Amino acid sequence: MEKESCTFSYCQKPAIVEHETDVLIIGGGMSACGSAFEAARWANPQKIRITMVDKAATDRSGAVAMGLSAINTYMGENDPADYVKYVRADLMGITREDLVYDLGRHVDDSVHLFEEWGLPIWKKAPDGHTMDGAQEAPKLSEGGKPVRSGKWQIMINGESYKVLVAEAAKAALKENREATGVAENHFERVFIVKLILDEKVPNRIAGAVGFSVRENKVYIFKAKTILLGSGGAVNVFRPRSTQEGQGRAWYPVWNSGSGYALGIQAGAELTMMENRFVPARFKDGYGPVGAWFLFFKAKATNAYGEDYCTGENFEATKKLYSPYAEKMGTAIRNHMMMMDMKAGKGPILMRTHDAMAELAKTMDAKQIKHLEAEAWEDFLDMCIGQAGVWAGMNIEPDKTPSEIMPTEPYLLGSHAGCAGFWTSGPADVIEATGAPKEWDWGYNRMSTVSGLFMMGDICGASGHKFSSGSHAEGRIAAKSGLAFILDNKDFKPTVTKSADDLAAEIYMPFEIYERYKTYTTAPEVNPNYIKPKMLQARMQKIADEYFGGVGTWYMTSKTLLEEGLKQLALLKEDAAKTGAKDLHELMRAWENYHRIWSIEAHARHIQFREESRYPGYYYRGDFLAINDKDWKCFVNSKYDPATGDWKCFKKEYKQLIPD
Amino acid sequence: MPSFVITEKCDGCKAQDKTACQYICPNDLMVLNRDLMKAYNQEPEQCWECYNCVKICPQQAMEIRGYADFVPLGGNVIPLRGSDSIMWTIKFRNGKLKRFKFPIRTTPEGSVDPFKGKPEANIANIKKPGFFTHQGAGKAMPLPKK
Ligand SMILES: Cc1cc2nc3c(=O)[nH]c(=O)nc-3n(C[C@H](O)[C@H](O)[C@H](O)COP(=O)(O)OP(=O)(O)OC[C@H]3O[C@@H](n4cnc5c(N)ncnc54)[C@H](O)[C@@H]3O)c2cc1C
Ligand code: SF4
Ligand code: SF4
Repeated sequence: MEKESCTFSYCQKPAIVEHETDVLIIGGGMSACGSAFEAARWANPQKIRITMVDKAATDRSGAVAMGLSAINTYMGENDPADYVKYVRADLMGITREDLVYDLGRHVDDSVHLFEEWGLPIWKKAPDGHTMDGAQEAPKLSEGGKPVRSGKWQIMINGESYKVLVAEAAKAALKENREATGVAENHFERVFIVKLILDEKVPNRIAGAVGFSVRENKVYIFKAKTILLGSGGAVNVFRPRSTQEGQGRAWYPVWNSGSGYALGIQAGAELTMMENRFVPARFKDGYGPVGAWFLFFKAKATNAYGEDYCTGENFEATKKLYSPYAEKMGTAIRNHMMMMDMKAGKGPILMRTHDAMAELAKTMDAKQIKHLEAEAWEDFLDMCIGQAGVWAGMNIEPDKTPSEIMPTEPYLLGSHAGCAGFWTSGPADVIEATGAPKEWDWGYNRMSTVSGLFMMGDICGASGHKFSSGSHAEGRIAAKSGLAFILDNKDFKPTVTKSADDLAAEIYMPFEIYERYKTYTTAPEVNPNYIKPKMLQARMQKIADEYFGGVGTWYMTSKTLLEEGLKQLALLKEDAAKTGAKDLHELMRAWENYHRIWSIEAHARHIQFREESRYPGYYYRGDFLAINDKDWKCFVNSKYDPATGDWKCFKKEYKQLIPD
Repeated sequence: MPSFVITEKCDGCKAQDKTACQYICPNDLMVLNRDLMKAYNQEPEQCWECYNCVKICPQQAMEIRGYADFVPLGGNVIPLRGSDSIMWTIKFRNGKLKRFKFPIRTTPEGSVDPFKGKPEANIANIKKPGFFTHQGAGKAMPLPKK
């Protein structure tokens, strides 16, 4: 096929904005906002410049855009070492315990800040009843008692959670502008397409390029360090709902794998990309079930009222997955749910009505009304659509149970998943626990590319950070990023590729579209290009059918993966022929390109790991069991941007916190 | 549940260069038809039903209609977001109504002053564990017990 090029012969040439900074924060979500806050305090007296770039409006961007009803990581009275044990058990034994411990010892400070900024956090009154976060009560930092929905989770009125966190980050960025005299350091609606490596120092980050989604402008950022927090990947697998409902993915539809794709193409080493997250959620609406299980003590059963995690199911599961089966992690429970679904014992039901009836036994009418409001708030704060499903189907949780089901798979590393980049860990924890010395290359959370730091959903092998932990991890990365700059004071980023060339690459989908659009009478079907929507559909079909999506009950194998990867290679070639009609489609084009890189990494890792480490999330039909003897290790991989080679390899796992 | 705009209520945010719904949508879905001066959702199947457009629209011209591929018609969930709380009205298909009100923040909008009363960061300690807040308060970071 003819290779396309962009010479701006057909499409308009964008204006080019060059922006030089010291710290470039990519993303505006929880981790990015945390990093802006912490960075500004350290950087301002040093006159170090910070810039944040977000593809959306930071007030409502990322996974917390809608709000949340709980903060899932808060230590309080607990020991971070116990938190490590919980994370290790849920992630089937393999985590970077140094990173997890480090997160645990830092995270509460972020939660205390959220409360100071105005986040209403539920409190336990002295008589044990629940007070919402607006009622007068001591703050957590003053000894106030949170309402726990589990050992690590606390309940909040979180509609404005992201607004508050963004408000603090924006104020911190403003102070940085004042300290450095820079006119602009917060770019919204700028989509980052790729990172740039330095052209003098090998394996050293030098900047990033992107474009405005609002006007014809291409941005070239030069930076001494980059803090990457642009989230995981959604809609890489074919979703269960394929029409309007595909917008209702559990993971936010706008986190399109940029976090992974940007780092991979720069050559940063990945870890545990075989991991994925398949949450069991209320069917179709994908509303949260955590509070129902943990807070309302509801039980999930098959259609006959039987607990699917017991009896024959449990015995069969132990045979393949002991000793992990006994720990009843999220993946294992999915597995047993699916055993019943496959046996035709569905629908699987969350028995909300039984739980409410049980709680009502000890409550008066007023308390029950309060309880009902709490149940609805769980949806209205973070998954409003689920409330819409219940309204449309006349479901009242105190009267009718609701169906639950595992979703399509997502790639992420801060929720109950751990797909991400391999980073340097905290030196003092590594030293104190006897962790391998190679886990510390000087700067906490730095990837294997110098100056490129990872945070939140894309910092690997350290799941269960959630919103608060991602914010805290952003702060940890910010400090290390600044230390890195101070240690390398003389470095000046060198980018020799011309601005025009970079712009041409980004605007290629416009050039292609404008060149060919009149060849056919309807622009959607044209042999010279593929539209982003179809590119996405093809990728999802490949992922679903070959890499173990819902269509195959999450089942794949060596031979299927090989075939899928072959088809993906063709798709990647075709991606260079994407046509885009406007800036919105240009963003969709690059989002899908990022998705393809993310899913490719995922497939390569599953292919390398010859066992089923995460039953309930995915299965290798040719290696159905867990094999600790050969595979209790990290699987890492590296794409070499110079040669285009991709290598997968094992890295030693070491348990740091005793059982 | 894709968002939709009620023709009669939308005033195109009075022809300002950016409409409120367009400004806020995290997925860049809202566009203004400049001929009609009305906004619309350009890609309903990419809508997360996050309600940010609905909450921000000054004319209350936006609502959400349940995804047609699994939500029966007739239900509705409508927010009214104030400066410190949000009121929700849920209408069921069978006509039943429920109302809930929840707090959203305990401080005035725009009042966050993040470093006020906080310790300075001591650059000499940048490689030591702990945030500037920990270090400034003399809080040491724990290590796992051997
Ligand atoms: C449905 C759901 C429910 C959850 N529930 C809870 C809960 O109850 N409690 C809890 O504590 N945690 C919860 N979490 C987890 C929490 O939301 C995440 O851990 C956290 O948001 C991850 O932070 P992040 O910074 O990595 O990504 P995000 O917060 O998602 O931010 C990603 C950012 O990157 C930007 N971006 C993406 N691509 C680009 C690009 N190419 N260029 C520029 N910018 C880009 C986005 O606009 C966004 O600002 C939930 C998550 C989900 C998805
Ligand atoms: S915010 Fe409301 S009034 Fe303004 S353009 Fe959008 S729908 Fe119309
Ligand atoms: S509901 Fe959310 S995703 Fe849908 S159009 Fe409105 S702001 Fe965008």
